Amino acid sequence: MDYKDYYETLGLKRTATQDEIKSTYRKLARKFHPDVNREEGAEDKFKALGEAYEVLKDPEKRAAYDQLGANWQEGQNFRPPPEWDSGFEYAGAGSGAADEGAYSDFFENLFGRARAAGAGAGGHQRGRQEFHAAGQDHHAKITIDLKDAFEGATRSISLRSPEVDASGHVQLKERTIKVKIPKGITQGQHIRLAGQGNPGMGRGQAGDLYLEIHFHEDPVYSVDGRDVYFDLPIAPWEAALGAKVKVPTPTGVVGLNVAKGAHTGQKLRLKGRGIPGKPAGDLYAVLQIVLPPANTDKDRAFYEQMAREMDFNPRAKLGVK
Amino acid sequence: MENRSSEALPGEVIEMVTLTQLCQSCGVQTDWVVELVNEGVLEPQGHDPKRWQFSAVSITRVRVAWHLQRDLGVNRAGIALALNLLEEREALRQQLQRFGRSVPGGIVDADGS
Repeated sequence: MDYKDYYETLGLKRTATQDEIKSTYRKLARKFHPDVNREEGAEDKFKALGEAYEVLKDPEKRAAYDQLGANWQEGQNFRPPPEWDSGFEYAGAGSGAADEGAYSDFFENLFGRARAAGAGAGGHQRGRQEFHAAGQDHHAKITIDLKDAFEGATRSISLRSPEVDASGHVQLKERTIKVKIPKGITQGQHIRLAGQGNPGMGRGQAGDLYLEIHFHEDPVYSVDGRDVYFDLPIAPWEAALGAKVKVPTPTGVVGLNVAKGAHTGQKLRLKGRGIPGKPAGDLYAVLQIVLPPANTDKDRAFYEQMAREMDFNPRAKLGVK
Repeated sequence: MENRSSEALPGEVIEMVTLTQLCQSCGVQTDWVVELVNEGVLEPQGHDPKRWQFSAVSITRVRVAWHLQRDLGVNRAGIALALNLLEEREALRQQLQRFGRSVPGGIVDADGS
């Protein structure tokens, strides 16, 4: 297994006081909490911080850890010396710990639940009496394409959940399930899959699996509830004179009338053409007037003619000409 | 739990949940959720807690609230504030994304004579 440098994780010296450890942990935990920090890697960092703090906040565990020596490097292949923790007293992973299975092998071997399993925790130790308990519900996120919300889809997802094996060890088990994504689903909604959560104990029922829906970022469309937005580029003469233009929609190309005098940022609503549902969302084309480049003499002559003949001051509101 | 069939499982879209369902699905105590309601973090429909109906978004709010309390020691008022700010930030992020897309640009140094 790989050695974990818990001081390095917190960015502290080995001489740090318990108060320094606590305040540094709290500061970093707020920064990297996965519900607060959306950046990739934040969750792993948060878990690593939690593990480091779990050991360093407890003077007994910290002393046992320190005793391994200061010469180990993060990630170095590590094997604990025999009887390394004799003389230290501490319980298994404390309450309030994050999800089971969240700790590294290093932690589990030295301080983990696996070591505490023989201490009589869990439902197996209740003598001859049978023990039944419903399994916990499980939550996961699933990211789908916007198209899936319009058409419905089937998606495979991999789930990792902790399971207790015959010898009382917690193991992460991976499984894949296929899920039907119903048409009309929106960002932030939940789908429930009955009986797909954690298994129950004894005759207890299995928990349910809740999937929270997220959309992949789409290169063209953005979504607000069931409403969908996209930028529609138009030429200055289409904006000035009005035009009928073809526009792509998630359900196919449609013709759209741009009224004369249109301006950038104007939203043209296509009622009911957003994400399907009751009621269905709307689709908004947000107009963007695109300036034709003046690359040829002929193009430039056009612009020069406009400059001469049109009475137009774009800076009238600024009070200058 | 083991699902060996390749058949796709039909998902049930959740629109509303009761107090009991909400607590069970998130693994939290009823009293704690009632406190969140009193704090204004959740706004169920109905007056009698037994008949409260929560929108499905409440599942996400309760889970984040619980993580904030468990992991960071945030109290109820802090949870309410943090959730509002997080949601506001998310809305702004989406607006920025929409806006940023429509204004490709870049900075060019201009001579101010």
